[in-house]
Amino acid sequence: MKGRVLVVDDDAALAEMLGIVLRGEGFEPTFVADGDKAMEVFRDTRPDLVLLDLMLPGSDGIDVCRQIRGESGVPIVMLTAKTDTVDVVLGLESGADDYILKPFKSKELVARIRARLRRTDEPAPEMLQIGDVSIDVAGHSVKRNGETLSLTPLEFDLLVALARKPRQVFTREVLLEQVWGYRHAADTRLVNVHVQRLRAKIEKDPEHPEIVVTVRGVGYKAGPG
Amino acid sequence: MERSAVNPDAVGAPTTSAQASAAGPAVPAAAPVPLAETPSQRDVREAWEMKLRRRKLVRWIVSWLPHRLTILIRGLLRLQHLVVAKVRSRWHRSLQLRVVGTTLVISATMIAVLGFFLTEQIALGLQVNAENSARAQTLIELNTARGLLPSLFEQPTAQSADNFMTDAEKELQPNSNGTTPPYYAVMGFNANLLADNPGYVPWVTTSVAPAATLPPALINDVQQEQKADANSATSAGYLYYAPTTMTFTDGRPSESAIAFGTPVGEYYQLYLVFPLSQEQQTLQLVQTTLIGVGIALVALLAAIASLVTRWVVLPVRHAARAAQRVSAGRLEERMTVGGADDLGSLATSFNEMAASLQEKLRELEELSKAQRQFVSDVSHELRTPMTTIRMAAEVLFESREQLDPAAARSAELLQSQTERFEVLLADLLEISRHDANVATLDAEPADVCDIVRGSADDAQQLAERRGCRLEFRLPAQACVAEVDRRRVARILRNLLVNAVEHGEGKDVVVTVAGDSDAVAIAVRDHGVGLGPGEEQLVFERFWRADPARARTTGGTGLGLAIALEDARLHGGWLQAWGEPGRGSVFRLTVPREAGQPIAGSPLPLGPDEAEVVTSALEADMAGGGRG
Repeated sequence: MKGRVLVVDDDAALAEMLGIVLRGEGFEPTFVADGDKAMEVFRDTRPDLVLLDLMLPGSDGIDVCRQIRGESGVPIVMLTAKTDTVDVVLGLESGADDYILKPFKSKELVARIRARLRRTDEPAPEMLQIGDVSIDVAGHSVKRNGETLSLTPLEFDLLVALARKPRQVFTREVLLEQVWGYRHAADTRLVNVHVQRLRAKIEKDPEHPEIVVTVRGVGYKAGPG
Repeated sequence: MERSAVNPDAVGAPTTSAQASAAGPAVPAAAPVPLAETPSQRDVREAWEMKLRRRKLVRWIVSWLPHRLTILIRGLLRLQHLVVAKVRSRWHRSLQLRVVGTTLVISATMIAVLGFFLTEQIALGLQVNAENSARAQTLIELNTARGLLPSLFEQPTAQSADNFMTDAEKELQPNSNGTTPPYYAVMGFNANLLADNPGYVPWVTTSVAPAATLPPALINDVQQEQKADANSATSAGYLYYAPTTMTFTDGRPSESAIAFGTPVGEYYQLYLVFPLSQEQQTLQLVQTTLIGVGIALVALLAAIASLVTRWVVLPVRHAARAAQRVSAGRLEERMTVGGADDLGSLATSFNEMAASLQEKLRELEELSKAQRQFVSDVSHELRTPMTTIRMAAEVLFESREQLDPAAARSAELLQSQTERFEVLLADLLEISRHDANVATLDAEPADVCDIVRGSADDAQQLAERRGCRLEFRLPAQACVAEVDRRRVARILRNLLVNAVEHGEGKDVVVTVAGDSDAVAIAVRDHGVGLGPGEEQLVFERFWRADPARARTTGGTGLGLAIALEDARLHGGWLQAWGEPGRGSVFRLTVPREAGQPIAGSPLPLGPDEAEVVTSALEADMAGGGRG
């Protein structure tokens, strides 16, 4: 299992503590304290996952998140002290796959990181079709009318989870468990934001989705009708 | 016409039906009508029919009237009631109306009384005046009459008496030249002598009817005087007068007058009748003028009162309106200051008050904003070091076996207290967000039963540790409402943990119900319950039912306060019921549609009716039966 983790955090004590915990769990952490240098270090180290503090000096966490997402689909987990809807949603919308609220337990953090890295395990060859979107599960590629769509691993996982059982309605809780690996009820806004991001990429008209459809009061399902 | 009246077919048809229905005796009377009916018979029959018709009408009126009359009277009473109520409410509401009304009533009364006395005085003056001038005139005329008198002591013959009276009357009658004369003269002959001498003429006058005009009492008085006069043989010239009504012989309408009478010698009497039409006209004019002036004065006073009150009331109304707006939260509202009088100072004071209120509120707002910001900042700033401490504590805790016993125990304490501190921090942050009004509602349609099931898991573990049983009474169909799942789940967790902690190991029942516009969740425990007044206190921050137990039971003391804020954010209610020893009920009610007002809760706040009726033993048995 690859385990290179880039920790972007300005708090030296927390960064050091994160290093101790991550090394103890067998990861290889690298650190950057300044948001402006984050991209540089990111390109140098090519990490498997980024731990990103939202409150950073220089360019803030949201900007760093956008920049990384602009270059790579690498899993990003935000560290945030804010619970305000706007902040969390903004972080998620700028490309973070998951977030974890300070203060967190080491185990919780490690579980989140593992859940984001787990998907690198090789899946069985499988082809799925939803509407005019075809998914090559093993090849990690999604095509619409032959045109390849660029999805992050998380968005890919979300689409595959829905597409494997077309027309079955998934509640947000079920999706949180299957895609994010949450065992207990967590923030369903994660699902909402990522479904929107996914729709923006795969739907012809994200305002009137045909592939990932909302079932009011319940959750989401793949396919029309 | 006459034939048809006697024809029984023509007349009988309409009448017999009336007769048959009206009275029995009518039939034999009408039936044997002979062909050649005499007029008298016909009259009798018609009178009879007329009587019948009248009786029917009366009966109909008697039967119809009371009912209709009652309705009419009732309607009128109701109308009056309505009008009175309306007037009364308006009277109480409008200061202007009250002032104008009072002024109107008082001034009208005063002017009426004043007018009455004035009229009386003028009438009296006029009368006295008229009497005085009439008396003077009568004396003059009396002298004239005496001058004409041929002999004082010798009884005149009928002819000479008539001549004298005619001459005297002609002499005394004023020359009016077509206009209304100031008085009318009447010459009379002594009535005592008249009875013995029927040949004499009793009265000589023109256009006045003496018998109708002259009051008998006056004639009597003059008669008495004449007797006395005759006996004393002197002419003292006593005048008698009385008010009277003048009756004319030429058909003119009679008018009021004063009649003066005096004997002229032994045989004759002189009467002068002074019509009072002039005085009456004057009085009429005075009265009309007074009434007119009075009405005008009252109207003027009312108008002045209205105007003056308006001057006062309008600014007061403005002030009231401005005060209302200020109390409604529009603190920038000000009154326009006009002048430096009392009303101007009212406006100035009001504006000063509003300004100082605004300033104070602004200060308070800033203060509380700063405070909230501070709490929020502190919470945020604490989180990063808290994370480090926590992770460090965990690392120490994991490796406590390698430490000596004191250090190992310290690591344990560090771990558990870090957790407690963290929960407190989280609650503090949450409540500061509510205080700062930055908490937002992520409402989406969700089945409340699902949320209940989801929140049950955590509580279930705690319940097992405490040895109590959680019972869920969920409706068969989904209870969908627009709620923030996270917040509702948090409220529920709080309520469940509270119920289990204070439930003393007895059953905790969670009931969910919904109606057309609200969904309610009630959490019932059978533990220590709540004391009087504690239904409100439980939602206070850091309030503890039993301070001694505070440290042993978990929780931060903010749980219910946050739950209440969460419920309010939904536009819902969070209420508590409890009695010592009977447990407590916490009920959350949220509207089906976010932001819609709720009128009532689908669940009662308090023990079930079944619980109230059955005894504790039966309740236990029933509980056993359910389990």
